[in-house]
Amino acid sequence: MKTIQVATTINGDSAEFVCGHDETLLDALRNRLGLTGAKEGCGTGDCGACSVRLDDRLVCSCLVLAAEAEGARIDTIEGLAQGETLHPLQQSFIDLAALQCGICTPGILVAAKALLDRNPEPTDTEIRYWLAGNLCRCTGYDKIVRAVQDAAAKMRSA
Amino acid sequence: MALDSSSKRVFKVVGTRPPRPDGVDKVTGRALYGADVSAPGMLVGRILRSPHAHARIRAIDTTAAEALPGVKAVVTARDFARLEGDKIIDMGEDRTSLRDVRDNCLARDKALYDGHAVAAVAALTPEIARAALKLIAVDYEILPHVIDVDAAMRPDAPVVLAGRAHENVPGGMSPNVTNHSEFGHGDLEAGFAQADRIVERSFTTAATHQGYIEPHACLASVTGDGRADLWCCTQGQYNVRDICADLMGMQASQLRVTASEIGGGFGGKTVVFIEPVALLLARKSGRPVKIVMSREEVFRATGPTVSASIDVRIGMARDGRITAGEAVLRYSGGAFPCETVDMGAQAAFACYDLRAVRTLGWNVLTNRPKEAAYRAPGAPQAIYAVESVVDELCQGFGLDPLEVRLKNAARKGTKSSYGPTFEAIGLEATLEAAKAHPHYSAPLGPGQGRGLSAGFWFNFGGNTSVSLSVNTDGTVGITEGNPDIGGSRASISLMAAEELGIPYERVRTAIADTSSLGHNDVTDGSRVTFAVGLATIKAARDAKQKMCARAARIWGIDEEAVLWEDGAAKPSGPNAGDFPPMTLAEIAAVSFKTGGPIAGHNEAHADGAGVSFGVHICDVEVDRETGATKVLRYTVIQDAGKAVHPDYVEGQMQGGAVQGIGWALNEEYIYGEDGRLQNAGFLDYRVPVASDLPNIDTVILEIPNPGHPYGVRGVGETPIVPPLAALSNAVSRAIGQRMTRLPMSPPRVLEAINAGR
Repeated sequence: MKTIQVATTINGDSAEFVCGHDETLLDALRNRLGLTGAKEGCGTGDCGACSVRLDDRLVCSCLVLAAEAEGARIDTIEGLAQGETLHPLQQSFIDLAALQCGICTPGILVAAKALLDRNPEPTDTEIRYWLAGNLCRCTGYDKIVRAVQDAAAKMRSA
Repeated sequence: MALDSSSKRVFKVVGTRPPRPDGVDKVTGRALYGADVSAPGMLVGRILRSPHAHARIRAIDTTAAEALPGVKAVVTARDFARLEGDKIIDMGEDRTSLRDVRDNCLARDKALYDGHAVAAVAALTPEIARAALKLIAVDYEILPHVIDVDAAMRPDAPVVLAGRAHENVPGGMSPNVTNHSEFGHGDLEAGFAQADRIVERSFTTAATHQGYIEPHACLASVTGDGRADLWCCTQGQYNVRDICADLMGMQASQLRVTASEIGGGFGGKTVVFIEPVALLLARKSGRPVKIVMSREEVFRATGPTVSASIDVRIGMARDGRITAGEAVLRYSGGAFPCETVDMGAQAAFACYDLRAVRTLGWNVLTNRPKEAAYRAPGAPQAIYAVESVVDELCQGFGLDPLEVRLKNAARKGTKSSYGPTFEAIGLEATLEAAKAHPHYSAPLGPGQGRGLSAGFWFNFGGNTSVSLSVNTDGTVGITEGNPDIGGSRASISLMAAEELGIPYERVRTAIADTSSLGHNDVTDGSRVTFAVGLATIKAARDAKQKMCARAARIWGIDEEAVLWEDGAAKPSGPNAGDFPPMTLAEIAAVSFKTGGPIAGHNEAHADGAGVSFGVHICDVEVDRETGATKVLRYTVIQDAGKAVHPDYVEGQMQGGAVQGIGWALNEEYIYGEDGRLQNAGFLDYRVPVASDLPNIDTVILEIPNPGHPYGVRGVGETPIVPPLAALSNAVSRAIGQRMTRLPMSPPRVLEAINAGR
C-alpha cells in the first residue's frame, strides 16, 4: 500500500511519520507517535474525545487525514502541562472533581483551552454551547462547567 | 481495641474533598485505557457480524479469508472449548448462563440479532482484517424476527430460542416467555374497594444504551504452554477471567486479567463480548491480538437496557392514602434469558408503605442484543410507571405530590413491597428535604411544569478481598480488586486514612490484576465504596491489631493492654504502664526488627448494604410548536448514608440524573421493519450534551447505614431511577396531557399536545 511521509510539529516538537493515504490523524497520533491521550469514542466526529488543535483550529482528529498534518502545528493533551506544572484547566478539573472515568477529559480540556484562548471570560451558556461537541456520560457536565469557570477566573487574575 | 459506633462518630478525613490520586494521569492523557496499550508483534482482531435480525447459520466458509496474505487466524464458535454442562454466572445484578455468554460472543446455530458476532479474524493490519471479513462466506437462512416485547409474547410470535422457559412460567405461553416473578402482600381487592379513585395506565419505555464513551477494547496474549494474559476495560477482571478460562478450557490460575483504566461502564462492562474472541485468535495465531470495538459495534452488539411494557393500577383514598397498588411488568432482555424483570418487580413500589401490593414480572425474548446491567437495572422503568400513576392521582384529588408521598412513605419497620422489613432508611428525610428546598416552592412560568419522583435501589455488597501493607517509611499501600470507575481509589484511601489515623496523602490505593489478590465481585450494585470500604476498614483494623502487638512487645506488656488512637499505639490506661505513644511510622520503621513486615487483610462476603432513596425535582418548558422539552431546573436529593468523598457522591447524583434525563427525553433503540438497528451512532442516538442542560443541584443527606462502620450506603445507581417519572410528570403537567411512553421525543410530545387540542 502506498504510504505518505509527513513532517509536522506536535506540541512544539518537530515530528515525522509515515501514514496510509486514508489514515486519520487520530490513528497516526495514537498508533505511530505513541500519543494515546486523544481517544476514539466514535470515529465519526460526534463525541469529541479525540479533540486536538490543528494550527489553533479545534478539530476532531478522527475526521482529519494524517497527511493534512504536513507543515502544520498540532497541539494535543500531552502538551497542555508545562513539565510538572499543570495548566490551570487541568488543576481546576482535579480540584473540582470535573472528571469521573476520565475518558472524555483530554478532549474536553483541549476544547476548553481553545475556548479560553478566544474568550477569557465566557458565560456558563457559552461554555455549555462550546463544549456541546464533547460528550461526557459520567458527570452530567455540572462540575465541568464550574471547573472551566474556575480556571478562567484564575487565568484572568494571573 | 475499641470499635466505633456508626452514628455518633466524628470523622477527620472521611467527608473531606481531597484531589483524587489518579487525577494527574487523567488530565494529562497519561492514564491507559483499554485501547491504549500495544504489544510487540501484535495483530489486529476484527469481528464479522450478522446483518440479519434472526437467521439460521447453515455454514460458514472461512477458507478464502484464511488464504488472504497477512491473515493469521480466523475463528468461529466451533473454536471454543467443549462445555461439560452449563453454569450460572452470578454478577450481582445479572445472572446468566455460561453457554449464553459463549453464544453471544460468537453465534453458534443462529444469529439472534442484528450485529450478533459470527466469526473473527486476526491480521497484520486493519485493512487486511477488513478485507478478510468480506471473504468469509456465511450461509444464512433468514428467519422471521420479533423486536417488540408485547408482540413477542403472542402465541404465534417467531420463536427466538425454544425450551428456555423457567419452570415457574405457566404452560401455553409463547416459548419467548422465559422468566416469571411475583411479589407482594395483602388483600388487593379489599384495598381497591377502599379507594375513592383508581387509576390504571399502560406505559412503554424504550431500550437505551449505557453510552460509555470508551468502546470495549482488549489485548490478549496466549503462550504455547497454556498461559495467557489479558488486558481489557472491564468492571470486573475476576469475572472476565473465570468466564474466559471456562470458554478456553484453561485453568483460571493460568489466565491473568488486568483491568485497564475504564472509560465508563454503568453496568455495561460487567459482561464479556470480545475478550474470549481475542483469546481464541491469540491462541490460534500464536501472537498477541488486540480488538477494539467501533461505536457502531458497541450499539449493535453490547447490552442496552431492557425495553419494557408496564401496566399499573393504583387506588387512593381522598386524603391521599394509597389503598392498593398493582403492576404487571413485561421486559425484554433481548435474545437470551434475563432476570432483570425480577428487580423491576421488587423495586416498583419500594418507596411506599402499602397494605396491599402485588407485582408480576415477565421476561420475554426478542431479536435484540442481550441486555446488560445499566445503573439500577430494571428499577427506572418500573418506578417510572408507578410514580406517573401516583402523580395523576395527586392531580385528580388536587393533592400536593410531596405530601402524598410523605403520607405513604416507607420507613423503618415497613414491610417492603418485595418482602424484607426496612431498617433505618432515609426516604422520609429525603422527602422533607425536598419540601424544604427552595426549588419546590419557586414559581413556575406559563408553559412550564414541575415534576417530582422518588426513587430506590437495593445496593449490593458481595465478595471482596483487600490487602493493606504498612511500609517502613510510615506510608500505606492498599491493593483492591475493583476497577475505579468514578473516584473509588480516593474514597478507599480516605477510609483507610480515617481508620489508621494517618493523612490521606500517605495512602496509595492500587487495583490488582487477578493473579495479585483474591477474588472480587464486579464493580456493580453500588458496591465498591460500601463493600471494598468495609473490607479496607477491616484490613486496617487487622493491621492496627498487629501494630498494637508490636508496641506491646517493644514495651514488654500484654497485647490487650495496648489500644490504637489518633494514629498511634498507646497503653490502654495507667495500669498498663507509662510509655509514650508509638505512631504508625515509628512502629513501621522498626518492624523488621520486631517480627517482620506488617500487613492487614480482609476477605469476606460483605452483607448489610443499605438501601438508598432519592427524590428528584424537575422544571421543564415545552415548546408547543415543536414538542421540544427544555429542562430549566433540576434538583437531586439523596441519602448517601455517609458521603466519603462528597464531590464524587455529587458526581454520581448529577451523572445519574442526566442519564435519566436522556432516557426520558431522547434516547432509544430504533429498529426498522427489517429488524435492524437504525441509529447505531451518537449522531442519531442522542445522549444529552452540555447545552441541553442546566446545572444539577444536589443535596446529600446522611442517614447512616447500620450495616457499615461509617454508615456508608451505595450511591451510584439510585440517581438514574427518579428522572424518568420526574420528567414525565413535569411534561404531563406542562402540556396538560398524561405522557405514557418514553422517550418523550418532540414528535411524541407534539402528538400528545395535538391529541389534547
